[in-house]
Amino acid sequence: MAYLSESILTYILLAPLVGAILIALLPDRGKLPAWIGLLTTLVTFLLTLHLPAHFMVGQHGFQFEINRTWIENPAISYHVGIDGLSVWFVALVGLLAPIGILVSWNVIQKRRKVFYALFLVQQTAMFGVFLSLDLILFYGFWELSLVPMAILIAVYGRKDGPRAALKFFLFTFIPSAPFLVAILWLYAHTGSFNFSDLQMLIASGSLPAGALFWVALAFLFAFTVKVPVFPLHGWLADTFSEAPVALAMVVAGKLGLYSMLRFHIGLFPVQARAIAPLLVALAVIGLLYGACLALVQRDFWRLLAFAAFSHLSLITLGIYGLTFTGWDGAIYQVLNHGVVDAALFLLLAILEMRFGTSQIAAYGGLARKVPQTATFFVIASLAMIGLPMLNGFVGEFLILSSTFIGVSHSWAIAATVGVILGAAYMLWLVQRIFYGPEEALALSADGKDLRPVEQLALWPLAALMLVMGLAPSLWLPTIESRTGPPTFRSASALSRFNSSPVVQVGGQQ
Amino acid sequence: MNFADMLRILPEIVLTLTGVLVMLVDASLPAITPRRSLGWIAALGTTLALWSSLWQLSLPVGTGFYGTVETSPFTVFFHVLICGIVLVVLLLSLDTLPEGSHHQGEFYALIPFGAVGMCLLTSAVELLVVFIALEISSISTYILAGYRKDSARSPEAAIKYFLLGSFATGFLLYGIALVFGATGTTEVYQLGRLIPLATNHAMVVAAMALMLVGILFKVSAAPFHIWAPDVYEGAPSPVVALMSTAPKAAAFALLLRVLYEVFPGLRSAWEPLLWIVAILSMTVGNVAALRQQNVKRMLAYSSIAHAGYLLVAFAGMGSSGIAAASFYAAAYAAMNVGIFAVVTLVGGYDDQLSLIADYRGLIHRAPVLASFLIFFLISLIGIPFTAGFFGKFYSFSVAVGGNAIWLAVIGLLNSGLASAYYLRLVFAACQPPTEPEQPRIAVLPRFGVAVSAALLFTAGATLLLGIVPGQALQAAETGAHTLQIPAPEPAPAALNASK
Repeated sequence: MAYLSESILTYILLAPLVGAILIALLPDRGKLPAWIGLLTTLVTFLLTLHLPAHFMVGQHGFQFEINRTWIENPAISYHVGIDGLSVWFVALVGLLAPIGILVSWNVIQKRRKVFYALFLVQQTAMFGVFLSLDLILFYGFWELSLVPMAILIAVYGRKDGPRAALKFFLFTFIPSAPFLVAILWLYAHTGSFNFSDLQMLIASGSLPAGALFWVALAFLFAFTVKVPVFPLHGWLADTFSEAPVALAMVVAGKLGLYSMLRFHIGLFPVQARAIAPLLVALAVIGLLYGACLALVQRDFWRLLAFAAFSHLSLITLGIYGLTFTGWDGAIYQVLNHGVVDAALFLLLAILEMRFGTSQIAAYGGLARKVPQTATFFVIASLAMIGLPMLNGFVGEFLILSSTFIGVSHSWAIAATVGVILGAAYMLWLVQRIFYGPEEALALSADGKDLRPVEQLALWPLAALMLVMGLAPSLWLPTIESRTGPPTFRSASALSRFNSSPVVQVGGQQ
Repeated sequence: MNFADMLRILPEIVLTLTGVLVMLVDASLPAITPRRSLGWIAALGTTLALWSSLWQLSLPVGTGFYGTVETSPFTVFFHVLICGIVLVVLLLSLDTLPEGSHHQGEFYALIPFGAVGMCLLTSAVELLVVFIALEISSISTYILAGYRKDSARSPEAAIKYFLLGSFATGFLLYGIALVFGATGTTEVYQLGRLIPLATNHAMVVAAMALMLVGILFKVSAAPFHIWAPDVYEGAPSPVVALMSTAPKAAAFALLLRVLYEVFPGLRSAWEPLLWIVAILSMTVGNVAALRQQNVKRMLAYSSIAHAGYLLVAFAGMGSSGIAAASFYAAAYAAMNVGIFAVVTLVGGYDDQLSLIADYRGLIHRAPVLASFLIFFLISLIGIPFTAGFFGKFYSFSVAVGGNAIWLAVIGLLNSGLASAYYLRLVFAACQPPTEPEQPRIAVLPRFGVAVSAALLFTAGATLLLGIVPGQALQAAETGAHTLQIPAPEPAPAALNASK
């Protein structure tokens, strides 16, 4: 077991890659690629579960750390490690992967080899982003994550795949130009790409403050586009409505939010504090704007895209409120969002496959025809809305209460309005699809209810929604033992359940 | 001339003998015999040349032939690179030249002959030898560009390349004449010492500008790039694979030598010039490539842009810029030869499928080939874990280190823009074929041993340079140090005295 712990992170990174190579080498016959994919992702998921199981709660610094020189000059190292921030992100990606494969089981009919191989490469890239503690390594995985996504959108897009893929790629690739220059500038002035070293050096104040402002901004710009934060969300709706369901649910939001916490606030606490008011405002605007857009969509993929945009904005609000409670809530909410969104994506994909359309108006009164689908959909919607006892509630409550106490009353009230709008569009969607008069579609098409494979994917998600809602204490202690920015570190132990703004705590030191 | 001198140009000798051997065997074979085996002779000779240049590392750094030819890690780096490119191009031609095509013997002889010029260009430390080497390499490339005589485009390409290329060489020669007028010597080391003392400053600057025009033409940097798209479109694809990489690598080596050994004192004059040329090349290349429908024209503009990325490295301080530029030349060569190998296989020697639209559905017709295509395009975009990323990374990293932050920002934004047209080709290859019967003939590529080796070699190099670039970078850095420090003062003096 000790041996496993030593290089577990390498195994997690390599496992999907091995699966991808295996799929690429073996013939594209029947469901063989899908089976290999499922097996690989299950093994990877078990590997990721090793991390929370052996995670030392309360220990500061990174765990399961591996630090080896990769290239001597410039000094790039293979440096990976996890802390309370990343451990559950990794497990979440691990969990979503087999579900993503199950989602694609019947949907992907042609060129399975391409799909499953690239899907697994995407897994490696995402794990890499969450594990890397070397900026170039991080940048590498960050960029790598674009490629499988873009190709798969282009190949399996619903209507105009290549256009959506190009939009997605350019939107996220171009901001990484200033991002890379910023990394290179840091290296030119510090001689290090190492996260912990850079954290110390930047905190020591030896770097010119004026330039650091731009460097921090370049980092932030790349991350906000990826989340996305208002007004940089242009790519999201097209990507969600074109991307294969499995990828959309695996990718959505997590990378950007994690990077904000780790590499923007983590590296540049001073600059983050300076720019936080702007981001709080943008987040609230995005929250309201996304909710309003979701209300008027006719296509349920686009509705889900704007709903996700709205929820991701709420998480951004939690992050840039710069309170410990807000951060706990934000991280927890990312996990919730991953689980709930996966369920919703899966259910909508099932509907689209059975009834052949994503136009909401075509549906109506389906509850009688597909009762199990309807039940799962209602549970997931309620979790998304934030009904107490389900997981969405915990995260939203932490974020909103920390904003109310720690940031400003008015922003918190505005955000709450957005959450209420969220309830409106979700419930209205449920009503339009499953209840009301039965439309011709529901009567004519011989849509079947859930298949065993689909049940297999949905039950764990529904169970998680409930457990995460009832017992957040299973998760929160781990989340709280993360490595904060250096100035905040000593405070973090004190103010576990204290919503006092970090800005003041940090300022007093 | 003695034996020690011969060792200094061993790879060139091996290549020359190979070319001569190919020609002799060609002449002695009966007319009806297939000429394919000649390609293997040339490939074998090039491999030998590659080994012999590696062996040259064991020679002490120094010059031969009265201080006109140098061997150093720098020259070995570029020799190995050029021989590697030539080898891959020969392997590629072996399987793609049509059986009955004319003058195959000359084809396999001209490529090693051209390589002699390119190799000599990187090791020459005397400007007249530089000129001769440039001519040797250019003349064989001019002929090779016009090799598809039955199509109208190929001779047109050759003529254009020849006329414009001659002008450019003229500029270079005029620059050499002026610098000789100002200092009274054409030896690189002497020039490096005399130019700071030269009284006629205007003449030296004019000489430098003229030489830069000549060299920048060869690397197809904007605004001297006009020839590239037409020539690439018309020339046979295996030849484009060669001339878009090997002569360029040689010309970049020459550019490094001229700037860092002849004109290091004029850095304040050439640095802004190269900034402008780099920005122009990147922007013009990428913007023009966006609108191309023909794959080879698109790749021509892309190679102009890549020349720009490479020039960004010249903003770096000290030897770091040289190392980054050398590494970029290698990374670019690996992926560009690879992509032209794929283009050759898809389009055939006759360029039957030349438009981006023709690549539609490639992944269904030829999945392996399409995977190679996508891989090389991803590397050209500059996605991490491929050669293209580390090339750009080092280039821009030394630029940022040299405080050229805006140059790096413009360059990286350009590479973002560039992804649009590379992805167009990627997506075209991934699309399902629309109409059941394609109007054009879908040539199914033939995978021979040679061409498979060529593809694996380039793909392997692209991947290795992207994942473990350490060794290649170290070689580039060792080379850069030998270029940076001119020969110590007493050594050439002693040499002169002994003459």
